[in-house]
Amino acid sequence: MGERLLMKGNEVIAEAALRAGCRHYFGYPITPQTEVAHYMAKKMEQLGGTFVQAESEVAAINMVYGAASAGVRAMTSSSSPGISLKQEGISYSAGSELPMVIIDIVRCGPGLGGILPAQCDYFQMVKGGGHGDYHLPVLAPCSVQEMYELVVEAFNIADKYRNPVVVMGDGYLGQMMEAVTFRDEEPIYKADKSTWAAYGSELKRPHHTITSIYIEADVLEAHVQKLQRKYAEITANETRVEEFNCEGADIIITAYGTISRIVKNVIKDAAKEGIKVGLIRPITLWPFPSASFAKYADKCKRFLCVEMSTGQMLEDVKLAVNGRNEVEFYGRTGGNVPSQSEILEQVRRIAAEN
Amino acid sequence: MAIVFQKPHALTDKPFHYCPGCTHGIIHRLVAEVLDELGIEGTTVGVASVGCTYNSYDYFNCDMVQAAHGRAPAVATGLRRSLPDRQVFTYQGDGDLAAIGTAEIVHAATRGEKITTIFVNNAIYGMTSGQMAPTTLIGQVTTTTPFGRKPELHGYPIRVCEMLSTLEGAAYVERVAVNNVVNVRKAKAAIKKAFKVQMAGLGFSIVEVLSICPTNWGMSPQKSLEWLEQNMMEHYPLGNYKGKDLEV
Repeated sequence: MGERLLMKGNEVIAEAALRAGCRHYFGYPITPQTEVAHYMAKKMEQLGGTFVQAESEVAAINMVYGAASAGVRAMTSSSSPGISLKQEGISYSAGSELPMVIIDIVRCGPGLGGILPAQCDYFQMVKGGGHGDYHLPVLAPCSVQEMYELVVEAFNIADKYRNPVVVMGDGYLGQMMEAVTFRDEEPIYKADKSTWAAYGSELKRPHHTITSIYIEADVLEAHVQKLQRKYAEITANETRVEEFNCEGADIIITAYGTISRIVKNVIKDAAKEGIKVGLIRPITLWPFPSASFAKYADKCKRFLCVEMSTGQMLEDVKLAVNGRNEVEFYGRTGGNVPSQSEILEQVRRIAAEN
Repeated sequence: MAIVFQKPHALTDKPFHYCPGCTHGIIHRLVAEVLDELGIEGTTVGVASVGCTYNSYDYFNCDMVQAAHGRAPAVATGLRRSLPDRQVFTYQGDGDLAAIGTAEIVHAATRGEKITTIFVNNAIYGMTSGQMAPTTLIGQVTTTTPFGRKPELHGYPIRVCEMLSTLEGAAYVERVAVNNVVNVRKAKAAIKKAFKVQMAGLGFSIVEVLSICPTNWGMSPQKSLEWLEQNMMEHYPLGNYKGKDLEV
């Protein structure tokens, strides 16, 4: 077992990226993720890596686009309004099939909104956000420890499939301090980028081109279909979910990130009252773990989706349940978090009605 | 038999798609000749932008990356910071560089990014069919200034070299034109020097090339060249704006 430290979530993001071999970070200050940049600024200079505080989020993601084109592990981090600005570059990166990691430590919106934690970026990260037919794997940790593991994993998935990968946490996960145990050595996926990256041909091979533009309809359609085949492969191989206490549960709550931890306490409280409650915690929001919902759709009496939003993941839950059961919703927003007692109250109500 | 003239190696065999009389072909060739003469085609990565030259990656034989509209200097920053022993250039038009990409070019310059920008100024948006560019001259008729550019409605044309030359990170700034043989030769010398400045690690370098757009100006190529000489050169004086005395 490796080093065990008490660290802030945002610092762990940066440390995990460094351990994953990332030496190129481009960012722009925004609360509540700025500590990622602070940590990177210090470490990159010490390690001889690249840290650039860009003139904008727009520029930062395009710097990542350039670094990823050169074939290095590169990342950026931001929070909701900043991610909105990055969406152009994210769409281009998906189109150009560039491996990179994008961190979104979510705050509440819309607009400038507030700096308090939220989960209302689900739509913009999971459903696209940018233009065009594309998907990004979206990893949703629920603890600082898992943040570390998923950031490393994000670089591997990005390199394996030549695709941008998002790690999305609500503001709490960026700001909270928890113990994290680091591995002595990271599991690094070694991708051969020499076959496509733009790093100088040395006149030893035909020149490489990184592009997302295909003017002819059939050529573009073929490119988009190729992406779709890749997404099907990612869906088959990379869907991650935690099912907790679901067997025999009357009510299955679904929640991700910080909320999922509160739900686990609710499950204990409900058990004391004789109400059997389970949890489906999507770890990948895309690809969505639909099979877990299908599995229990005819077995439980009700689903309850709990989010720090007005109901965004809810839509995917309903699609996964596909009309075979009812899906209820409870959410708080604006920086408020559904409390243990509020969720328990919902559980009691649903138990009484069914 | 001795070969006295041939296509530069740094250009591919793909025929240019540019309109008749367009000067992009000349400027492409000058960049390619410089890559050949400096022996850096194999160690250079170019960044294509958005506009008429979006697919210049098909024409240059070096590795190429296509960037979103205006973002080429940011993409080039990411490339160059990842490839410290390579050369990186952007090839951008006036709409790309001086409107939507103003932040990116100013900050790449002020950071002193070791990249070279070829900035083609033809005072109009070409690809989208002749709208006003930030460099469109006062009185110039475009599809979005149908009665001519008026300062009170459309503001004033930006002088990019003058603006960027105020930044400490910009090492070499020069404006050239490709309207005649003498100026074409000067343009090539400037492009070559700009790459040498990059290779010497001195900072950001940019060559603005006054260019013509016969199609969207609605003039013959010959008439376009005359218009450039009589109008553009007055507002955009040729010459060196920074780094004239750099020994590279």
